Amino acid sequence: MPTFDLSQTPLRELNQALHGLAAGANDTEFEVVNPRGSHAVAVGCDAPVAVSIRGSVGYYCAGMNSAATVTVHGSAGPGVAENMMSGTVVVEGDASQYAGATGRGGLLVIKGNAASRCGISMKGIDIVVHGNIGHMSAFMGQSGNLVVLGDAGEALGDSLYEAKLFVRGSVKSLGADCVEKEMREEHLTLLAGLLERAGVTGVEPSEFRRYGSARKLYSFDIDNADAY
Amino acid sequence: MTYHNPPTPPRKSAIFDDVSLAEIRRAAATGIYDIRGGGTKKALPHFDDLLFLGASMSRYPLEGYRERCDTSVTLGTRFARKPLQLKIPVTIAGMSFGALSGPAKEALGRGATLSGTSTTTGDGGMTDEERGHSELLVYQYLPSRYGMNPKDLRRADAIEIVVGQGAKPGGGGMLLGQKISDRVAEMRTLPKGIDQRSACRHPDWTGPDDLEIKILELREITDWEKPIYIKIGGSRPYYDTALAVKAGADVVVVDGMQGGTAATQDVFIENVGLPTLACIRPAVEALQELGMHRKVQLVVSGGIRNGADVAKALALGADAVSIGTAALVALGDNDAKWEAEYNALGTTAGAYDDWHEGKDPAGITTQDPELAARLDPIAAGRRLANYLKVMTLEAQTIARACGHNHLHNLEPEDLVALTIEAAAMARVPLAGTGWIPGQTGL
Repeated sequence: MPTFDLSQTPLRELNQALHGLAAGANDTEFEVVNPRGSHAVAVGCDAPVAVSIRGSVGYYCAGMNSAATVTVHGSAGPGVAENMMSGTVVVEGDASQYAGATGRGGLLVIKGNAASRCGISMKGIDIVVHGNIGHMSAFMGQSGNLVVLGDAGEALGDSLYEAKLFVRGSVKSLGADCVEKEMREEHLTLLAGLLERAGVTGVEPSEFRRYGSARKLYSFDIDNADAY
Repeated sequence: MTYHNPPTPPRKSAIFDDVSLAEIRRAAATGIYDIRGGGTKKALPHFDDLLFLGASMSRYPLEGYRERCDTSVTLGTRFARKPLQLKIPVTIAGMSFGALSGPAKEALGRGATLSGTSTTTGDGGMTDEERGHSELLVYQYLPSRYGMNPKDLRRADAIEIVVGQGAKPGGGGMLLGQKISDRVAEMRTLPKGIDQRSACRHPDWTGPDDLEIKILELREITDWEKPIYIKIGGSRPYYDTALAVKAGADVVVVDGMQGGTAATQDVFIENVGLPTLACIRPAVEALQELGMHRKVQLVVSGGIRNGADVAKALALGADAVSIGTAALVALGDNDAKWEAEYNALGTTAGAYDDWHEGKDPAGITTQDPELAARLDPIAAGRRLANYLKVMTLEAQTIARACGHNHLHNLEPEDLVALTIEAAAMARVPLAGTGWIPGQTGL
């Protein structure tokens, strides 16, 4: 298994190695040690490889990930798995702001807490947070699912489009045009699948509440001006 | 003898003019602000307020048809492994598929390619048609991130991080429901037919410090190949340019308030931002102070119409210019041949700006298949290429007359201003004097 020690090896060598993989290459598992908060670690992966990062990372780890499984054995700085297309990113610790921002696919699992704006402008990604999430999460979320086992901060789902939000704990407040919605059978099934994929055990889908768009701001209407 | 009082003719107010009165009545009737496309319609200090001095006893001109005047420019020499080599210093600005029809985007790509220059995507992602027809394509990285994906990043020739736009510095995009067709909705991951609001801020960085890290990420994803531009709306060009350089830009694009938009509030277009003329010298000053002029290239846009405008922008220190509105006109926008249809829409050729409604008779700012089919992308691309050729020849004519064998050798010293305002903004002397307001004494 190729190992990159970021205290010795430039970041460029790591990312170049991950990008240059030929189809069917023998090396499918990579290890990164001493990340020491480095930014842009394992970004732009486009092959079904596994990358294990032993420590905490800075901004944009696993940004635009496609197909790869990236595991951070530590905490992640802002923008982890931003614009992810597919694959899986797991953060064993906490994640800073904008986790999974604009993500278009794949699964992001945060085993600790996520800070503000988790899932901002999400476009199809699935995000499962074992802990709590901060304010303005799923702002302008367009598609995908955000699952929170703990609590959500202020203005959850502000200006939401069609992303689905599931929160097990409390929600400090809902943002503009975000409302609680009925949890139907199809949502329970969807949620059960997400929990299983995220390795969550001992938690039932029925413990969650569902939130989504009221769709009242989808067309301009002067009588909605106070909502903006 | 009968005495008649002299009649007092009706006098309209200069303040409450017909346009202001009509807007008050429109607002009162509808309860919503006016939305339109294009840039400011105000008369602002502009390139028309500058003149070239030409050669004289102390300057030696070049022969117009025999001596070479180079027009090439390379963008992205600071960090990118593959800078863009352009044959002319005029590029096509970002305009989205969604705002424009598919054939219009194709025509822009065709025209730019025939001319050896680049075209640019917009808020809505990259289409295969425009990639296929554009030899050099700049991929915009916008706050909305609609359609953003690493595959398109890697097949782009450059990346333009859009911080702002001259028509609406501080504002986000807007695409109303009439133009959210099935394809546009799919590309943007949005429900069909909604009034779409693009964010005004990027979702995962907030200032120059984390933008620097964002640029690192984009460079790592694209293996440091692509030039990275930062586009700013004309607002605080000195500081914004300096911060863009600090953040790691290869190219800074400064868009003045004459620059157009697909749709935003009229009050925004007309009241926020700086005229293009006021943006160039502060941006150049910032680059010069940092020792980065010509190392980080400066592209200026907003109201560029002809080769004289190109030459003036370059003389003031820009490396290239970018055109949007003028390119659409070259394709056929606002053409008088559609006058009857413009009249039916309550407007006239040359004034049509309801681009957001998607009813463009010229078939350019629309997603209606029947209207879009009116534009032949091959012929329209040819018109754009012709226009770019004329602009280039015009700029060369002026440069030769000033004694320069490359457009980049044009200098502020070649220029004078016709008004005090233009002299102050462009930092060149008022014609017939040595006075640069704010710089030199009378």
